[in-house]
Amino acid sequence: MSRPASSLRAASLILQRDLTLAFRRPGEWLQPVAFFLIVTMLFPLALDPELSRLRALAPGALWVAALLSSVLALEFLFREDGRDGTLEQFALSGQSFAWLLLAKTASHWLLTGLPLAIAAPLAAVGLGAPASAIPGILVALLLGSVSLSLLGAIGAGLTLGIRRGGALLSLLVLPLAIPTLVFGARATAMAIQGEPAAAPLYLLAALTVFGITLAPLAAAAAVRISLE
Amino acid sequence: MGLHLWRGERHVLNGLSLRLGAGEALQLLWPNGAGKTSLLRGVAGLLPIESGTVRWKGADTSTDYAAYCSDLAYLGHDLALKGDLTAAENLRYSVGLRRQIDAAAISGALQAVGLTAPHDELVRRLSAGQQRRVALARLALWDAQLWLLDEPAANLDAAGQAQVAEAIAAHLSRGGSALISTHQGLPLPAAFNRLSHSPQEFA
Amino acid sequence: MSWAWFHRFGSPPYFYRLATRWVPWLSWPAGVLIVGGLFGGLVIAPADYQQSDAYRILYVHAPTAWLSQMAYTLMAVAAAVGLVWRMKVASAVAAAAAPIGASFTAVSLVTGMLWGQPMWGTYWAWDPRLVFQLVLFFFFLGFIGLRSAIDDVSRADRAGAVLAIVGIVNVPIVHYSVTWWNSLHQAPSVLRAQGPSMPASMLVPLLMSFLGITLYFYAVLFYRTRAEILRRDRGAAWVRELLTGKGKTA
Repeated sequence: MSRPASSLRAASLILQRDLTLAFRRPGEWLQPVAFFLIVTMLFPLALDPELSRLRALAPGALWVAALLSSVLALEFLFREDGRDGTLEQFALSGQSFAWLLLAKTASHWLLTGLPLAIAAPLAAVGLGAPASAIPGILVALLLGSVSLSLLGAIGAGLTLGIRRGGALLSLLVLPLAIPTLVFGARATAMAIQGEPAAAPLYLLAALTVFGITLAPLAAAAAVRISLE
Repeated sequence: MGLHLWRGERHVLNGLSLRLGAGEALQLLWPNGAGKTSLLRGVAGLLPIESGTVRWKGADTSTDYAAYCSDLAYLGHDLALKGDLTAAENLRYSVGLRRQIDAAAISGALQAVGLTAPHDELVRRLSAGQQRRVALARLALWDAQLWLLDEPAANLDAAGQAQVAEAIAAHLSRGGSALISTHQGLPLPAAFNRLSHSPQEFA
Repeated sequence: MSWAWFHRFGSPPYFYRLATRWVPWLSWPAGVLIVGGLFGGLVIAPADYQQSDAYRILYVHAPTAWLSQMAYTLMAVAAAVGLVWRMKVASAVAAAAAPIGASFTAVSLVTGMLWGQPMWGTYWAWDPRLVFQLVLFFFFLGFIGLRSAIDDVSRADRAGAVLAIVGIVNVPIVHYSVTWWNSLHQAPSVLRAQGPSMPASMLVPLLMSFLGITLYFYAVLFYRTRAEILRRDRGAAWVRELLTGKGKTA
């Protein structure tokens, strides 16, 4: 008789599979981070390129660009697996569906959120941030992008299978992302000004932990409904 | 052993009640739109049932859904194969979610269904019939007792259809059950093969 | 003690008849109270010593703002009941509540802006309460948008319920974050309804207006829920009976 697979094993298989697929088709996963860099580049062009003035606008520009780019990336989260029946097989695998979706969200974050967090300090320096702000910005974006991926998983689950659901997806996800934006932008601003940014970073971390515990359950319910 | 009661599903199926025994196959030859796919998906728990229950081994499947799932194999319209993975990789990732599996078992299963292409060929380069065979190999590797098959012989030539029938017959002879939606009917051993031509038979 | 009443509520014909009976009982008092409250508030009550006549928009603004938040809570609870207990009437209530809630939110936003012009010298200030109302408005729009994007009513109900539950869990977080954000950027807003110090001639019309607009909300909710139930059950026997053998319930 066959031995059942552990849930850790299942999660690691999903990560392996998604990374393998991403490396075979890299173009898709580079789009969101390219989008992020382009949007942050547009701000100096649309505003005043004087660095001291850009510096004041840098946190807002970074976070709005990060929010938009992660909503853009959500399209890749469940779409393919929903279309070819893979999500149905996840639901019938006997493993916790929420857990498998958390693994999928994790691989999605590795492919879109992590590059974003790494690119953000570069973009920040371009917007006039001092090098001393880099660690703070990196941590803020790391935490923020995780919580955006988790919130996004709920929205992507709800709009899975809706044709041209992109605009709807942003309408659902962006209001939910307001706390992340507020705390993240504040932490970034404090890092740029050279103040200790611990307070907003703690709040951001709290949001992320909260998201990890509850968002997969909501996403699982949402995807199940969308699969019917 | 395998007892199924099923009742009342939205507009599609009304007050349906049927049961399936061990080693038994039920082929649904219903006309298009009669609710074959809905029935299969309802039994699998992918569609919510308006009222009534699906029972497996005497217990309501919704009480321990995970345990029911591990006895269940569902093959739908979409094969759940990734075009950018090879046949062997596809099986490794999808079967691996359910049970531990090694490379030898995978290549054995692919050979058994008669996949002629090399096993490290990307699935999107395979023909539709060859892709079906990969899905069939996965079905065998899942090692489930209840098979729910939605048009398993679509896109297959006569030889392929015979192969599907053979796989199902082997499954039945091991005491498994199968609920199959099909257009043309598959040649299965007569003793355990039931045919249904319309949902009214179970009303 | 039994759950019979709960199941009776869940029966569409029962709820339909109940709603039909209640709509006039809610509408008439609502009308009387609103007219009385507005007359009291706009004509009888004295002008505020600081804000002169501009404060009078309070008689519309405060009740709609309070109702918009109540409507969201009600919608989320009803949707959750519909999801968990598969109670179709509850889902119909949630579906019916969303556009009403969105309208009340819009009215509270517009009246807030009109109030802001004389008080702050600008229609829009980034006041946390205004921002929160705006976010609430988007929550309603998201719920309505998601529901309308899904053809199957039962799927739309359940997807909407998941969204509403996620939304209601997030409401306090959004509220906190917006307050936190505001505390860093600007002084707390100028206006605060003076609770106990408000003279009775201002307070009584305000209470009347509160009660009247609340009753009006429920009247419209019942009315819309009736229509929603009819639309959903249009194939059912009791609806056909209602249409052909009319008179019994109307």
